[in-house]
Amino acid sequence: MEIPYTADIRPDTGLTNGKLGVWLFLASEVMLFAALFSSYILLRVGSTEWPHGFQELNVPMAAFNTVVLITSSVTMVMAWASLKMNNFSKFRMHLGITILLALVFLVVKYFEYEHHLAVGEGPWHSTFLAIYFTMTGLHGLHILGGIVVNGYLWGPGAKMWQTQPVRFTNRIEIAGLYWHFVDLVWIFLFPMLYLL
Amino acid sequence: MDAHASDDISKHVKTYFMVFGALMALTIITVGVSYLHLPVHQAIIVALFIATIKGSLVALFFMHLNHERKMIYWVLMLTAVFFVVLMLVPIATNLNKIVQRY
Repeated sequence: MEIPYTADIRPDTGLTNGKLGVWLFLASEVMLFAALFSSYILLRVGSTEWPHGFQELNVPMAAFNTVVLITSSVTMVMAWASLKMNNFSKFRMHLGITILLALVFLVVKYFEYEHHLAVGEGPWHSTFLAIYFTMTGLHGLHILGGIVVNGYLWGPGAKMWQTQPVRFTNRIEIAGLYWHFVDLVWIFLFPMLYLL
Repeated sequence: MDAHASDDISKHVKTYFMVFGALMALTIITVGVSYLHLPVHQAIIVALFIATIKGSLVALFFMHLNHERKMIYWVLMLTAVFFVVLMLVPIATNLNKIVQRY
């Protein structure tokens, strides 16, 4: 069965079904991360001492990763804008850069994790590191999910541009909504874990 | 795609790059402020204030929430209410400790 309203606007909501669906999904994602933010506050306030993030973690690496993610958000929105301007090759370039930047983020994160684990500082080491690994781990999984979806849309999924360009452009828009959300979560995680 | 729509998008593109510049500047400020080693309560307020501005820029411009349909605002308002409740639970239950410490 064909999914209705993927290219045309549904009259009663004023939206395509995909867009409303992704926003509902993001609302549930907000609550998922909110549960962890809430746990962070509870753990921090309940503990007798709490380290400064900058003493435990590598701030320059995380600041670099912040720049990487913000840049990837711009290239993601540029990928969508390129399709809106009918420029498929620019779309491919921008989405390709987005995927590469996401991979750079994960490689940097790998080095951070590797450094902690090498000195025996896993999530079992302290409450601070437990919540650090949980939150950044869940965020990292979201980055991985974004790479898979964007990778599909860059590769085999891009064939849709030939047959249903409006629907494909909408797909890129909603994949972008997810990607910007992942960026937004990091914008809060970075100061919370590394700087305070 | 007609020429008018294309023009509209190029205006958007300019905005995207301006937002990008603002986000970079705010990231530098966030990291810079952390080196001032402010008292924890001040540091938390400053860091969350800057993060909120950055988050709003991403949501308003990249996620197009500056011109979106009503239905999405309703969904997000409901989410925001539950988000605030979830944040207030640990804060309210530990208010004494928070006041003492910070």
